[in-house]
Amino acid sequence: MTAQQWRPPRFIESPFARFALTSVVVGYLVVSLTPGLVPLVSLEIDWGRTGEGLSRAADMFARMVPPDFSRLELLYKGLRESVQMALAASFFGMLLAIPLGLMSARNLVPLPVYLLGRSLLGVTRTFHEVIIAIFFVKIFGFGPLAGVLTLIVASMSFIGKMLAEDIENMPPGQLEAIKATGASFPKLLVYAVQPQMLPRYLGVSIYRLDANIRHSTVVGIVGAGGIGQVLAASFSRYDYDFSLAILLTIVTLVFVGEFFSNWVRGRLR
Amino acid sequence: MLMLSVSKLVKTYPGGVRALNGLDLTVDTPQVVTVIGSSGAGKSTLIRCINRLVEPTSGRIVLNDLDVTALSRRGLRRARRRMGMIFQEYNLVERLTVMENTLSGRLGYVNFWQAYRRKYSPPDIARAFELLHRVGLDGYEYTRADALSGGQRQRVGIARALMQQPDLLLVDEPTASLDPKTARQIMRLLCKLAHENGTPALINIHDVGLAQEFADRIVGLADGVNAFDGTADELTPEVLNAIYGEEDWSKTINRPTADSNKKMQRDGLERESAAG
Amino acid sequence: MTREQHARRYPEVWRRFTPKETLIRYLWFAAVAFIAAWSLQRLEIPWFYFLDAHTQAGDLLSRMVPPYWGFFAEVAGPLIETVHIATLGTVITVLVALPIAFLAARNTTPNALTWFIGRFLLVASRSVNTVVWGLIFVAIFGPGAMAGIWSIAARSVGFVGKLIAEAIEEIDRGTVEAVEATGASRLQVLLIGVIPQVLPVIYGTIVYRWDINIRESTVLGFVGAGGIGIMLYASINQFAWHEVSVMLIAIFGIVVVSEFVSATVRGRIT
Repeated sequence: MTAQQWRPPRFIESPFARFALTSVVVGYLVVSLTPGLVPLVSLEIDWGRTGEGLSRAADMFARMVPPDFSRLELLYKGLRESVQMALAASFFGMLLAIPLGLMSARNLVPLPVYLLGRSLLGVTRTFHEVIIAIFFVKIFGFGPLAGVLTLIVASMSFIGKMLAEDIENMPPGQLEAIKATGASFPKLLVYAVQPQMLPRYLGVSIYRLDANIRHSTVVGIVGAGGIGQVLAASFSRYDYDFSLAILLTIVTLVFVGEFFSNWVRGRLR
Repeated sequence: MLMLSVSKLVKTYPGGVRALNGLDLTVDTPQVVTVIGSSGAGKSTLIRCINRLVEPTSGRIVLNDLDVTALSRRGLRRARRRMGMIFQEYNLVERLTVMENTLSGRLGYVNFWQAYRRKYSPPDIARAFELLHRVGLDGYEYTRADALSGGQRQRVGIARALMQQPDLLLVDEPTASLDPKTARQIMRLLCKLAHENGTPALINIHDVGLAQEFADRIVGLADGVNAFDGTADELTPEVLNAIYGEEDWSKTINRPTADSNKKMQRDGLERESAAG
Repeated sequence: MTREQHARRYPEVWRRFTPKETLIRYLWFAAVAFIAAWSLQRLEIPWFYFLDAHTQAGDLLSRMVPPYWGFFAEVAGPLIETVHIATLGTVITVLVALPIAFLAARNTTPNALTWFIGRFLLVASRSVNTVVWGLIFVAIFGPGAMAGIWSIAARSVGFVGKLIAEAIEEIDRGTVEAVEATGASRLQVLLIGVIPQVLPVIYGTIVYRWDINIRESTVLGFVGAGGIGIMLYASINQFAWHEVSVMLIAIFGIVVVSEFVSATVRGRIT
């Protein structure tokens, strides 16, 4: 009896397709990483400068340690601003998400309203928070106001999309039954939509609070307030030991935020 | 005096499916009318056109001198208050309690804040307790709808519809999702309450046996028009052929007598297993 | 039956919540509203900015329209660079995240210490935003795409690694035991017993993260880490709004396309 060699099953069975995929990957890496190989497509990477990276990283690391926690005042102010931005933005984002979510649910509103809602969702979701932040900075100037508005827009869009999808997945019968009693649209909302949506809505909102704490640390980099602004300033002054202190603070804050969010969501069943 | 009159009702769905094709129907006494017909004959569309959950394409529906087809949105809501509806899938709001679901029958009569805060008038609340007692759900007020069995949910559905104190009950396949025994209990309860309250009921039903046993009057739909209108006794194999198409009906047709109940229940089980 | 008789048989009062429950509910509402108001108040927001905000926004919009369409030719290069940053960053992520995921999954990690190291690396990676990683890597590699690639990778390792580690923890024990029973080495058990089971999750997560990375790499340029962000930042600071609108349209385009590609691929895998 010939012992048959057993091979684990492959993700792509055809040898030709496997070969083609491998060559595409290798080809892509060569083309993109070789400066000037294909004009416009190849990245302009200065490999010499990159080679120095390791020694620079070591140098930077040496200047970072030990972290400098002496400027507590500044650290605390940035931290407080970040948390307050996250709290206020979550609250208003949560409220604004309700009309946006309702507008974007096809089974509740007429087509023109739906299209308006969906395009608002699409535009706000496509652009990164930092892009939105820089626009608010241009309109409202530097400071936490731009940051809060950015996070409000992002939260509204995130929670609104979840809400719209949940409403669209509702069994149509419940809405039909409440309509059949002669209830008006607002009563339909509080009697059929609200009870069914509430637990998920609160869960997503709490999750978003946690996400806002994380994002509040970054909108500051373009000047929209919070600890991110302090961090960007420390980096531009090569104040690396203070930077590390800020980074450690951010990691702790994010960790606490995540823990809190999981705890609350666990209690919401 | 109650009067529901449907004349020349036509419904064409987007895509060209014509569910109703000039249907005429009049109900002018408090009676239980069952509507039978094969799937796609327009039973469900008829019921939903009467309270305009589905917009009729043309034709007239008049309820107590009120032209339902010509109403504004506000007028339509007022008209819907007078028509209680019961569904195949019960359609309770799952996360609300039995009591809230029952009281939702009064939503057309309270304002927004009262609805939001669940503040109904004392007579309404007493009536809700009474209805829950009559459908056999004493003590279930605080149970959430998603914790109930199918038969219990349909009982809440009946209580919700009767809570409206309707002039007319629209009932869409009340038993199609229930086992044969529960189906009979629900039909018996429904017809008893309709008779006690003197409320006419229009009941869509698949099950010819149940239709015959409980109906005062049977209406057969075929291809969106009225193919039969008469009493249970007049339902002959020829009539059933006209409604459903050729089939051997000798085992299906019953005279609704006491000793036929067992056999009908068996028929119900057979149909159930054949369907499954 | 008169109303009195009826009322004697059936109660006329029913409350969804007890007064205590109602009170607690309203206290919650009040507490949440209070926290939000307090946070906003402590931020010392200059509300008078809102007075002319609509004119500012209107002004901005009127400067952005019509977009300077000829600018598209100049946007092409940075746009390709943006996609490269996201893609190459994701490639590095795969190579780094896989071993860490095996360390961070309880059922494949050698011992408690390695498990802790794995978890710590994942948490540290996820806690720092891509743009913040950008600050660090620009300081290391100097401005340009290389810093961007590593920033994307540094942030994505935590995301991809966590999801893969969770998938590994949920695999079927039976298959693994069967492979172990043949006397296979630890590496062989991983290759034959574990990886095939989590392969769909690995591919799905990577494609999903690539889609997110496209979006992230559009802003890396704000800290100098390459991509279209550099140009966008420059145009905004020069108030060249008709160029900005062209870039926003271009960004919208690649994000929509990447989302479509990612959704299609993920739909095929599962």
